Amino acid sequence: MFHVTRRYQFAASHRLHSPALSDEENRRVYGKCNHPYGHGHNYVLEVSARGPLDPLAGSAVNTRLLDRLVSRQVLEPLEHRNLNADVDWFGPVVPTSENLGIEICRRLKHNWNAAFSGEWPRLEKVRIEETPRNIFEIRADEVE
Amino acid sequence: MIITRKIEFSASHMCRNPALSDAENRELFGLAANPHGHGHNYVLEVSVEGAPDAVTGMVLDLKELKDVLNREVVEPYDHRFLNYEVPPFDRVIPTAENIARDIWVRLEPELNRPGRQLRMVRLYETPDLYVDYHGEETCST
Repeated sequence: MFHVTRRYQFAASHRLHSPALSDEENRRVYGKCNHPYGHGHNYVLEVSARGPLDPLAGSAVNTRLLDRLVSRQVLEPLEHRNLNADVDWFGPVVPTSENLGIEICRRLKHNWNAAFSGEWPRLEKVRIEETPRNIFEIRADEVE
Repeated sequence: MIITRKIEFSASHMCRNPALSDAENRELFGLAANPHGHGHNYVLEVSVEGAPDAVTGMVLDLKELKDVLNREVVEPYDHRFLNYEVPPFDRVIPTAENIARDIWVRLEPELNRPGRQLRMVRLYETPDLYVDYHGEETCST
């Protein structure tokens, strides 16, 4: 069994503001992340998959297929976008990096079999660095 | 407790399966199938698990680990064309997975001793692609 991890980057903006809270509560909970016009990050995304070696390729994960899947499902929809205004993934859900990671993981999991038709490899986890100091990790078995 | 040491080596390789046609190799491996090869600055992290010795306070002497890594990995691999110069890659495709496994096979007998064992080999082919290998594991759900 091998665990293969690929690292990607995208730049996007967001604003943390919950419709369930008053303006004052939002300011208190989210601080500067609640500033009205939002702010951006260079997100770093790590996608890990696991599996045995494919005897033909001598590899556990075809990174070209993984790159194609991640580009289509994650990087293209998010690159240089405003997560609140341009991306319809969240609805009333606040686009924190927790929720962003969960949604990315869910999308990769749902579309996994279209990219990797066999039993292996399987999605293992998704890890997001919102900044080099704030890191969020979601195992594939934690999402529907 | 797990302790990790990091080393680097630079090597060239190409990924081609001789049982496949040029077009099939190109489809499977992309640019990595280019016939004259290409290179990487590989970064290797080796993790050993054990309890600190009651007298020395060390899981293992990092100098010893450094010497083992130099002898077993850097000397055979560094500045070589893996397919041509480093067996088993004359017959095993030198993907990051296979290199990680070969490194595990080289290191395990040198590092496993009573009270400590090789826990993980993490091989970065580039800063954006790495493979973790923990030895043979059953592929269960």
